[in-house]
Amino acid sequence: LGGSALQYHLNFNLIWKNFDKLAWGLLLSIELAVIAIAIGGMIGLGLAVIYTGGNKVTRSLITAYVEFVRNVPLLLLIYLVFYGIPSAGGFAYGPVESFVATLALYSGAYLVEIFRSGLDAVPKGAIDAGKAIGLTPWQRLTAVRLPIMLRIVLPALSNALISLFKDTSLASVIAVPELTYGANWIKTNTFRAVEVWMVVAPIYLLTGWIILATLRQLERTLLRGLRR
Amino acid sequence: MTLWTYLANTMPFLWQGLAMTLFVSGLVVVLSLVTGVLVGVAFAYGPWWLRWPLRAFSDIMRGTPLLVVIFTFYYLLPMVQINLQPLPAVVLALALFKTAQVGEIARGAVQSIPHGQTDAAKAIGLKFAGQLRYVILPQAVRRFLPPWINSVTDAVKGSSLISLVGIVDLMLAAQQVIGRTYNPLPIYLLAAAIYFAINYSLSVTSRRLEARYAYIRE
Repeated sequence: LGGSALQYHLNFNLIWKNFDKLAWGLLLSIELAVIAIAIGGMIGLGLAVIYTGGNKVTRSLITAYVEFVRNVPLLLLIYLVFYGIPSAGGFAYGPVESFVATLALYSGAYLVEIFRSGLDAVPKGAIDAGKAIGLTPWQRLTAVRLPIMLRIVLPALSNALISLFKDTSLASVIAVPELTYGANWIKTNTFRAVEVWMVVAPIYLLTGWIILATLRQLERTLLRGLRR
Repeated sequence: MTLWTYLANTMPFLWQGLAMTLFVSGLVVVLSLVTGVLVGVAFAYGPWWLRWPLRAFSDIMRGTPLLVVIFTFYYLLPMVQINLQPLPAVVLALALFKTAQVGEIARGAVQSIPHGQTDAAKAIGLKFAGQLRYVILPQAVRRFLPPWINSVTDAVKGSSLISLVGIVDLMLAAQQVIGRTYNPLPIYLLAAAIYFAINYSLSVTSRRLEARYAYIRE
């Protein structure tokens, strides 16, 4: 161990030179997370509504989907969708489409649970009030249950988006040119592995914090005057 | 070759990978249990000079993708003259990442115990260690266990990322078999079934414990 002097000299020049790879990568990471939560949100919302009003068979099918996705590593799901399914079906799709589909199905499974517990938390009095003024079941859903549920789950949705933003780092394994892929590209082409991760880790961290702070502010605006 | 013989011939390779997956996740879970509980107690009772750095550590870990944490440790440690083999390096990365998670679960569990309990413990003359040992922790452990067991599934799933630095776990073992046979779907599904079996039994245990301890929720 001897001296404490580092033998490695940090040099960030090559990172800044290739910074466009990271900037475009970050943009794609955010896009992937937003598209995935948009599609996953529709899957989750639809299945949560079906679940709460469904029979035994539909409930078991939804539970099977949720449990499968939640108990298998995301990395494996990404490989399964990108390599596994096309090999058996004799067709192919691009890495970006494949990853978006995977992340949407993945987030869908988590969002079903969020929406379902949100629907359960809608006060019974509000639903009864809807019945009392003669709303049809569909009207009670769209005018009473869903708006109240969305307010309840809003913070959980923000957390889900941040979580998905971090999960997009796995898209690099099937060569989707997002932030981690850009970092790996710079590492392979410049051998500046230490420097690139010293830059990329804070980029993820700060972006996640900025997105979260923005969403919390948005929540406050949306919920203004609605707190009991 | 039928599908079943294909899968049966594959199993010996996958077992080896599975052993690595279980070893790494087991080690990470045990290490992070110790450090995480210490961090959680420090969050709840520690002085500011302990809480603030731990808060920074926890927020950084939970705000960074696990894959990036693994790569950062993997390449950063040699630079600061810590020359570990790949396996200890990724175990360290996974364990620190998990410590932050377990720390938050433990903090939540400890802080969920009503203040009256601490006051009552003080009133019967217990010192701080006694308050923790006889009053707070026995109650907190019931709130800690269900989410903690659930978080063990995250450790098992997260361990699949070590395949990306070349450690042959279940994930990479499956990849290697596929690299030779070019028949990915059955192998991926088999690997998924193995991961599922491990994690689902953990989730079920967590839910059962939660139901059993439901009585302590007011």
